[in-house]
Amino acid sequence: MSHDPRALPEHPEWLWRTPEPKSSYDIVIVGAGGHGLATAFYLARQHGITNVAVLERGWLAGGNMARNTTIIRSNYLLEESAALYEHALRLWETWPDDLDYDFLFSQRGVLNLAHTLQDVRDSRRRVFSNQLGGVDAEWLTPDEVAKICPIINTSSDTRYPVLGATFQPRAGIAKHDHVAWALARQCDAMGIDLIQGCEVTGFVTSPDGDRVTGVHTSKGTINAGRIGLAAAGRTSVLTEQLGLRLPIQSHPLQALVSELLEPIHPTVVMSNHVHVYVSQAHKGELVLGAGVDAYNSYTQRGSIPVIEHQMAAAIELFPMFARAQVLRTWAGIVDVTPDASPVISPTPIENLFVNCGWGTGGFKATPAAGWTFAHTLATGAAHSLNAPYALDRFVTGALIDEHGAAAVAH
Amino acid sequence: MLLIECPWCGGRDETEFGYGGQAHVPYPEDPHALTDAQWAEYVFIRDNPRGPYAERWVHSAGCRRWFNAVRDTGTNDVKATYPIGARKPVTS
Amino acid sequence: MINTNRLSGASGDRIDRTRILRFTFDGTEYTGHPGDTLASALLANGVLGYGPSIYADRPRGVVSAGTEEPNALVRLRAPQQATMLPATTVELVDGLVADSLSGIGRLDASERVPGADTLCDKKYVHADVVVIGAGPAGLAAAAVAARSGARVLVAEERRELGGALLDARAEQIDGAAAADWIKQQGRQLLEAPETRVLTSSTVVGYYDHNYLLIAQRNPDASGIAQRLWHVRAKQVIIATGAHERPIVFADNDRPGIMLAGAVRRYLNRFAVLPGRRAVVFTSSDSAYDTALDLLAAGGEVSALVDARPEPPQVLVDSVRDAGAEVITGSAVVGTHGAQRITGVRVAPIDADGAITGAVRELDCDLLAVGGGWSPVVHLYGQAGGQLRWDDCAAAFVPAEPVTASRQVIGAARGTFDLAGCVAQGQCAGAKAATEAGYRVAAPAAPEVRGAPRPSRPRQLWLVPGETADPADWTTHFVDLQRDATVRDVWRAVGTGMVSVEHVKRYTTISTGADQGKTSGVNAIGVLAEALGQASIGDVGTTTFRPPYTPVTFSLLAGRDRAELSDPVRTTPIHSWHVEHGALFENVGQWKRPWYYPLHGEDMEQAVLRECRAARTGVAMQDASTLGKIEIVGPDAPEFLNRIYTNGFAKLAVGSARYGLQCKADGMVFDDGVSLRLAEDRYLMTTTTGNAAAVLDWLEEWLQTEWPDLAVHCTSVTEQWSTVAVVGPDSRDVIARLAPDLDVSAAAFPFMAHRETTLASGIPARICRISFSGELAFEVNVASWFGLALWEQVYAAGADYGITPYGTETMHVLRAEKGFPIVGQDTDGTVTPDDLGMGWAIAKHKDFIGKRSFARPDTARTNRKQLVGLLPLDPDEVLPEGAALVEPPVQLNPPVPMLGHVTSSYRSAVLDRGFALALIESGRARIGEVVHAPLGERTVPARVTKPVFYDEEGNRRDGR
Repeated sequence: MSHDPRALPEHPEWLWRTPEPKSSYDIVIVGAGGHGLATAFYLARQHGITNVAVLERGWLAGGNMARNTTIIRSNYLLEESAALYEHALRLWETWPDDLDYDFLFSQRGVLNLAHTLQDVRDSRRRVFSNQLGGVDAEWLTPDEVAKICPIINTSSDTRYPVLGATFQPRAGIAKHDHVAWALARQCDAMGIDLIQGCEVTGFVTSPDGDRVTGVHTSKGTINAGRIGLAAAGRTSVLTEQLGLRLPIQSHPLQALVSELLEPIHPTVVMSNHVHVYVSQAHKGELVLGAGVDAYNSYTQRGSIPVIEHQMAAAIELFPMFARAQVLRTWAGIVDVTPDASPVISPTPIENLFVNCGWGTGGFKATPAAGWTFAHTLATGAAHSLNAPYALDRFVTGALIDEHGAAAVAH
Repeated sequence: MLLIECPWCGGRDETEFGYGGQAHVPYPEDPHALTDAQWAEYVFIRDNPRGPYAERWVHSAGCRRWFNAVRDTGTNDVKATYPIGARKPVTS
Repeated sequence: MINTNRLSGASGDRIDRTRILRFTFDGTEYTGHPGDTLASALLANGVLGYGPSIYADRPRGVVSAGTEEPNALVRLRAPQQATMLPATTVELVDGLVADSLSGIGRLDASERVPGADTLCDKKYVHADVVVIGAGPAGLAAAAVAARSGARVLVAEERRELGGALLDARAEQIDGAAAADWIKQQGRQLLEAPETRVLTSSTVVGYYDHNYLLIAQRNPDASGIAQRLWHVRAKQVIIATGAHERPIVFADNDRPGIMLAGAVRRYLNRFAVLPGRRAVVFTSSDSAYDTALDLLAAGGEVSALVDARPEPPQVLVDSVRDAGAEVITGSAVVGTHGAQRITGVRVAPIDADGAITGAVRELDCDLLAVGGGWSPVVHLYGQAGGQLRWDDCAAAFVPAEPVTASRQVIGAARGTFDLAGCVAQGQCAGAKAATEAGYRVAAPAAPEVRGAPRPSRPRQLWLVPGETADPADWTTHFVDLQRDATVRDVWRAVGTGMVSVEHVKRYTTISTGADQGKTSGVNAIGVLAEALGQASIGDVGTTTFRPPYTPVTFSLLAGRDRAELSDPVRTTPIHSWHVEHGALFENVGQWKRPWYYPLHGEDMEQAVLRECRAARTGVAMQDASTLGKIEIVGPDAPEFLNRIYTNGFAKLAVGSARYGLQCKADGMVFDDGVSLRLAEDRYLMTTTTGNAAAVLDWLEEWLQTEWPDLAVHCTSVTEQWSTVAVVGPDSRDVIARLAPDLDVSAAAFPFMAHRETTLASGIPARICRISFSGELAFEVNVASWFGLALWEQVYAAGADYGITPYGTETMHVLRAEKGFPIVGQDTDGTVTPDDLGMGWAIAKHKDFIGKRSFARPDTARTNRKQLVGLLPLDPDEVLPEGAALVEPPVQLNPPVPMLGHVTSSYRSAVLDRGFALALIESGRARIGEVVHAPLGERTVPARVTKPVFYDEEGNRRDGR
């Protein structure tokens, strides 16, 4: 990596309008985060549907889109996951041109470290599976890890030595805010109304309650042919009003940045075992994330022991980080499902569709979430990529259990 | 860092506790009498409100007893804690 | 080197001229004194320039005298290293070496271990009252609270108590000079036995339920760089003061442009005259003191420029009387100079801020700017407090300054007069102590002199440029550290952005290391103008997040480094394993012997030897790490029946049984053998890594669902040491070890356990359990006998060539028998039936997870099932994790996969490679060939039953 952290891209002169809502739209999307915007983008682009409003309670892309650690990768274990995230990654690769915006997409690769023999088995299983699934993946020895990321402590005398790593060269990072602005600009240009400061307070339903026909908002009632929820961290609160219970629990997920530093970290490093992931953003700050806080909360703040543990792990892996400084910590609200996979699905309520439960995977999936949710909203039925991600999998038992598959003690 | 009042040990930092999700969700009387959907509701679905939430905690690093709490998930204020089996107290 | 700008012998300053400290900055040596910061010492030496700005490469100088500093960033090289700190916060020490930076720090990639000078520790305390900030308000509060006997903790960011009072010259409280009053209060704190005062200590985080994090920079402990205090407070008093704001005008970034309050601090606290000829530019009262103090110190003041058309006459007169001109209703509209400011352009402005008259040029080498004060509400905000715009104070102030357990006082609350601050502090201290249970009354309000109540400031964020279009105002800096200008804000608004959060992200304002402490409110003010908003309160602020000032990773990590990063658990036999050359595997927190190489053996050779010993002679393993839980009570049989998929109620006392546990979703959670010790007593064993989770699981069900069951569970993992003795010769070894025990197959059958006393006198429980298919015994003794037992077994087996083996050999032996390892051959998506253990699913009782087996997906017959694999080439050992596909399959992704290899080894007894695998419809495929594509090549393997050795079970009773 030899980019100049002092060279920042220029933004366009014009991004989006601030329209008042119309009384009715073909499709209303609740939540103008990355997923809501990408859905609107593909509704217009792939399905020719532009009579669309994206309603945002706060400011555009101010939820998890503004709070994530911007890692993009597709090296998931299970075939259904890899297919979805690889679709996302391929779209990411076209987006800088497609959206005509330099959002600092940097395919610098991601290392997922293995620290125990079972980590090694699980990691190699993932690499074999990825290779057959069309996802670029390699298994690296500690020496090979050190070549790709020389600052990792690969010595054998650490508490949990690095026994190897999987490497996905096409993985990387992007500047999250700019991605959202790029999408918003395209949506706006295609005539989609992005309405900020517009909180959905309820739904307009048919008398029997089996069908939704619109939303009540802080800016009045808006009728809709179909309604798509893409409101991570709020989905349960919204569907509660319809008596629809979803298999999600909302937890804080914390992240932090350091001060700006001259380029030192060339790739993205993730370690499930010692609970840390870290990259260095274009401007120079180290961006780190950790595990999900244990309890449900909508407070957008987490618990300090999680951060302390994460810092200890970071120093174990990167001894020179002992001198780095934490500049800012924060938390997003992630919706976690029992199998750690999302729901992109119709619901038992006619014309209501949900895209939720992304846990920690939301940002990297943005293009695919938009692609599949747009398809689902436009046609009323799932795309082949999101068919496995239906709500009824919890009834049949056909879970997509990335969580179970990745983290069992022995 | 939440301060949680264990009904037996008193107020302790959250790091001493384990979290158990929604309280007052009994194991079904006869699981085999339930439909798949009803069983899935028990296994996988819990309330997820923003606001007061009756939830289970266990004092893992203390007395190891489970108890219930009512906590506001919008503010993290713990309104009440009470033993398993006790009725959910009325909180403002 | 002479301190050219040091004032001689000024009274009341806080530096110790009797000692000289030498330091080096950007390669040049200088001197300073104890009490100096790096910035004050440099200023005393006439140095005010630091690294050029990060993007625009413009010369920059020190602006402030505290944590809010945007420009004067340095990298410390000695005596302690630091990546990037404001020079204004670095306390000067002898031998200090620092280099200037340009807003971007540097780490040393060659540091392969964390530097010894980065080690930090932590302290955890409770307090009745925590007072944050020891300025006039905080000191007054702390002194009253301390008097009550409450446990009071005072945290002050600077090295001395006093806060802004130390910057003062003429102020008096209750007849005492400010410095004397500070001393009095400090003495009261020292004398209160329950009161603790931390200086050079910054409260960086304010978390739920009054939990505070304090970074202490002078921990006074050898070998410790800093200390992190975790404090749980009953009552918190926030007295964090205020930061002065600059004003945005053309070329407002030249070195020599400083905050007026900072100039006063350098004069009075550090005895430094920052400039010989100053212009003071202000929109509020406080900068008048700066002008007066500059004059009193012998400096020249070209003029005081007040943006207000009619400032208080008494102030104007005081400056005029002291000999300086006061220009009202005017503003600085531009500056001159290169490496240092040489002059300013001043022009009259109207009520809208527009320039209305001719420009006057004034020479100066210092421009002191006072744009009003912003309460330091960061901690209040972190705790979830909301702000409101106070139009009179021209500041965002706490909307709810007093709650049941928290008070914000003094300048942090928007109270800017000294008398108000002290009185508020006294009341707050009394209230907090009383609420915490220590009743105390507030004293009578103090008498304060020399500090009149300030009059209303003018809300002036932005002085227009001399060209009309804000899009051209490229040197009107809003955020100095981020090089962000008015043009940038206008451009952001031009794109359609209306939210301050968007503008912050677009311009990067407030995202620097100073987190916008001086720029934040001005940015909102400029944005309000750009959006045409009447009040900046309508725009709102961005969110305050911890930490208040940057903290090192090492401070947060504390001592959780190297071997302390996670506790290491070892068995009582560990030292023997180390002495005998074992290599270790981390399993959970445990260190388990992996294998014991002899004479330069590699792993494969060692494991083949160990396996051979177990199959043909005798071998031994330390099995002490297996989880062990005693389950006791009259309802223990019923309880285990509900937990295990198979029945345990009818297990005979003295017998043992293998059992499987599932979670409610029907997936295998853990397995192990349980012993029935008595009618009402079982000993459950669990997998090593899952022991704690299983205990949690059992207790959860007992307490929350089945409180009617009279059962209790106790972890006894560490109370017992276990040695597995395995192989056809094991019976002979056990007979020697335990001569009182009848070890014949008839008297001591498989899956039985017996209590006995060993030849050595050690009481033991011996079980006939086998994880290898061989005749085997597990000997359990109290853990303090563990090492003795191990050595006795080793001695008893010596002439049989008894061979210690590790986890790898254990894995091979059990795989040859097809015994799965939970977590290796299962992954959380595997049912008992998938493992071929349908026999362990009881038909006539319910157990946790049973209902889930009837779900459509779980009831499928084509699920992935555990089977064996024999590579067609016997020399082949498949890699674990290898994916399996159905031949002939085109390897064009995405390739449909049948499953994967879960375990794979070379077998000594089979003399070939073999594997276990989870394969779709696996049992129906037995006999078929599947392929494992390994990149370059594809390995064919035949599907078999998952048992490769002694399928009939003839060997478990030995010879």
